[in-house]
Amino acid sequence: MKRGMSILAVVTALLLSVALYQALIGAPTEQTMGNVQRIFYYHVPSAWTAFLLFLINFVASVVFLVRRNTKADIVALITAEVGVVFCTVVIVTGPIWARPVWGIWWAPGDIRLTTTLVLWLIYISYLVLRRFSTSSQTAVIAAVVAIFGALDVPLVYFSIWFFRTQHPSPVIGAGGSLDPRMWHVLLINWAAFLCLAWLVCWTRYRPEVAKREVDEAQALDSLLEKPR
Amino acid sequence: MSYLYAAYIATWLIHGTYLFVLARKYSKLRREIENLKK
Repeated sequence: MKRGMSILAVVTALLLSVALYQALIGAPTEQTMGNVQRIFYYHVPSAWTAFLLFLINFVASVVFLVRRNTKADIVALITAEVGVVFCTVVIVTGPIWARPVWGIWWAPGDIRLTTTLVLWLIYISYLVLRRFSTSSQTAVIAAVVAIFGALDVPLVYFSIWFFRTQHPSPVIGAGGSLDPRMWHVLLINWAAFLCLAWLVCWTRYRPEVAKREVDEAQALDSLLEKPR
Repeated sequence: MSYLYAAYIATWLIHGTYLFVLARKYSKLRREIENLKK
């Protein structure tokens, strides 16, 4: 297990280095936007990774609700946490790209931007709920919130297909016309971010199991403690 | 060009902050396990 994690850590570090080099130097410069377009190589793969993590969170939440499986609950918590980190990258890098290209940091009322912000806020609420709720039903309530949150993911993804928005058109499917060299760099960056997400989720799993055992032991300890 | 660097630095700051928070959580957990063993 430890060996597998070390191999994944090395692969992730290598992929992230290659991806960074390709994004900053290897990829061709876009003609109209110039170098600022290179933000795309971090923005888009981060969004895809966040969507995937929220999808896993959705599946794990459904499994937890059906089977009351603790492992599924832990997977749901971890994927939500890491998904929020990647979604934060999307929320931050988007406006940094928009300022020089659109002339504004944020387009109020734009459906893609608004739904993404709502998605981020739903999962922030999910994490706040898990962190501060003391109810015995916290995991159940959180699973329900996660299912509602996941409903926003297809809305975010397909919003640029079905609504008029300031956000650029999709790079895959209908309307996608990305240079093959840019595609190559985009996929390398996505692979690197997927490895990073996998590594963080993997390293996060065992301590979360241990934390729950410690919490149980501490609760038992305080019950058994003799009155002074 | 400064926007490009700002975006890349912001990305790694976000990931770095999260990893730092995780490392602090783990050391706290380790201390709690040691206390329980005593």
